[in-house]
Amino acid sequence: MSSFSVTEPSNRSKWIAGALVIGYALITMIPLVWILLTGFKSPADAISYPPKVVFEPTLEGYVNLFTTRTRQTQEFLDANPPQNWADEIVRQYDMVIVGPSKFGERFMNSVIIGFGSTFLSIFLGTLAAYAFSRFKVPLKDDLLFFILSTRMMPPVAVAIPIFLMFRNLGLSDTHLGMILLYTGVNISLAVWLLKGFIDEIPREYEEAALIDGYTRFQAFYKVVLPQAATGIASTAIFCLIFAWNEYAFAVLLTSANAQTAPPFIPTIIGIGGLDWPAVAAGATIFLIPVMIFTILMRKHLLRGITFGAVRK
Amino acid sequence: MAQIVVKNVKKMFGDFTAVRESSFTIEDGEFFMLLGPSGCGKTTTLRMIAGLELPTSGEIYLDGEEISQRPPSERDIAFVFQMFALYPHMNVRKNISYPLISQGMPRAAVKAKVEEVAGILGIKDILDSPVGGLSGGDRQRVALGRAIVREPKAFMMDEPLGALDAEFREHMAEELRALHDRMGATTVYVTHDQLEAMQMGDKIVVMNNAVIEQFGTPQEIYDKPATMFVADFIGSPSMNFLPFKGTVTPGSEMVRLNGHDEAVPKMIEGAEGDLVFGVRPEHVFLSNESGYRAKVLAAEYLGTTQIVTLQSPNGELKARIDARETVSPGETVGLEFRSPTITLFEKSTGRALRSVLNDEVLGNG
Repeated sequence: MSSFSVTEPSNRSKWIAGALVIGYALITMIPLVWILLTGFKSPADAISYPPKVVFEPTLEGYVNLFTTRTRQTQEFLDANPPQNWADEIVRQYDMVIVGPSKFGERFMNSVIIGFGSTFLSIFLGTLAAYAFSRFKVPLKDDLLFFILSTRMMPPVAVAIPIFLMFRNLGLSDTHLGMILLYTGVNISLAVWLLKGFIDEIPREYEEAALIDGYTRFQAFYKVVLPQAATGIASTAIFCLIFAWNEYAFAVLLTSANAQTAPPFIPTIIGIGGLDWPAVAAGATIFLIPVMIFTILMRKHLLRGITFGAVRK
Repeated sequence: MAQIVVKNVKKMFGDFTAVRESSFTIEDGEFFMLLGPSGCGKTTTLRMIAGLELPTSGEIYLDGEEISQRPPSERDIAFVFQMFALYPHMNVRKNISYPLISQGMPRAAVKAKVEEVAGILGIKDILDSPVGGLSGGDRQRVALGRAIVREPKAFMMDEPLGALDAEFREHMAEELRALHDRMGATTVYVTHDQLEAMQMGDKIVVMNNAVIEQFGTPQEIYDKPATMFVADFIGSPSMNFLPFKGTVTPGSEMVRLNGHDEAVPKMIEGAEGDLVFGVRPEHVFLSNESGYRAKVLAAEYLGTTQIVTLQSPNGELKARIDARETVSPGETVGLEFRSPTITLFEKSTGRALRSVLNDEVLGNG
């Protein structure tokens, strides 16, 4: 005899649900798999039709991503044997490596701007959220609505005023300018999310710390901050993903100095024909930091996303 | 340890008055209860003494020093919260040592002190466990440990037993009282449970609607209530109120209750009009000689006693009588009241009229 339970799903429905989730996950992963595989294909394999799933892997895309190369005469090539494995790869197109590409620099710009603006958003957002959560702030509701209202249109809608403003302030194509811009966009999200998290932390913890002889600020960073770690981590992920992936403002406001990776990667296409493997290699490397950051914050993330729904 | 004097303290939240000008004195070493229904201002009063709220006006003296506007860290008062508020990211030892670390006490001294306190409370074996998995009682002990570890001038406790199971509560109440007797520290304890207040307190303040109704020892408050609210709030079942119209003159020792003369303590104050005859259930007796008749509505058996609900000409009342007496619903019985315990109230204000019974208590406010 099998017993039935109202709340516990049956084995069969568990199987069906599992299959659906796995199927959906596989479909959403196809573009990622395509990027990962294309990065290791030769240019010919990359554009072959039907697409090749089995191919001979090569690091050509990665070499092309990180280097600049020039075509040389046969005499030059014969006179100078290849110096390393990377050089050897480019020799098959009669080229030599003449130096590193801009990718490393652009990638570092992304790291500085992405993590910088995330840090600033979280820092300011936590302080503001704490104040909104705990103190009597005059016009509190109006201020919170005002902060939220900056999110009510697509940020690109204000691209032209921001472009002019940045030009006049000398912020165009600077790291500081991009950090400030992304912080400005993210801060509303940070304040609202973090306020929700801090509201959930009972005031008694701080009051206990006040009684135990600590100042308000000590109580904040010794008791409230550790309690808000989950919220801070998940908010940081959201902020970082936005700043990391942002494309439109990066194209508009940066060029030689502070350009981030997203506007740089498409420019690879133009250098030596349609170099899909290099583009795919760039995209793969570009994904890694966010992936690592998300994995590090993973244990906080689930509770972060479902906050408010799950009570302690 | 210290005396606490609360003088004309008042607290407003916007237009809402949480505590109206209140004054009372907590003597050194007293176990002092703030008792009242929820929302009466008792917790606000406690928080003002601790410094978690600042009074709108008035003064608070701790050991002779005016502290009403100082931050809590400068008051040397410990606070035990209803939900304990143990720091969830620290283990038991860290929780208890936290107040000492803020004072900059050397590490070795902190360790010794924490061990000593853990020994007093019997929680040595859980010192290194996280607070998350502790039972309610152990959490309570850790919260107490955090309070007593730095030997403050006074303890504030905000319904510390409210979060515990009923069966455990009684045990913890005894433990708390024993701890207080051992340490001799001035303790202010907020509760809405009148039994807890009577059981543990040296003195009780009864509050209602932001006002102090009465202030005294448990016996004074039980036997000589200053207002109908206090008489009703304290005791279970509460005092019987029999409304009647009549006149009382100073010096009289009788009132006329539905045509029957009932003896009362010698009155000092007179009044006329709508009055209330207040008598506790244990001072009501069934007697066939009495001309004051009432009908039995129900009887609840409680083991040693029983509570009999009666319909009298002046309204319903309850009597606590010996369980061996037999009464059956529907029968009519005569009632007698133990006259020295009677309190008369003025119905419009709810105030007790002065008599030889309560003059001394009402005289000291």
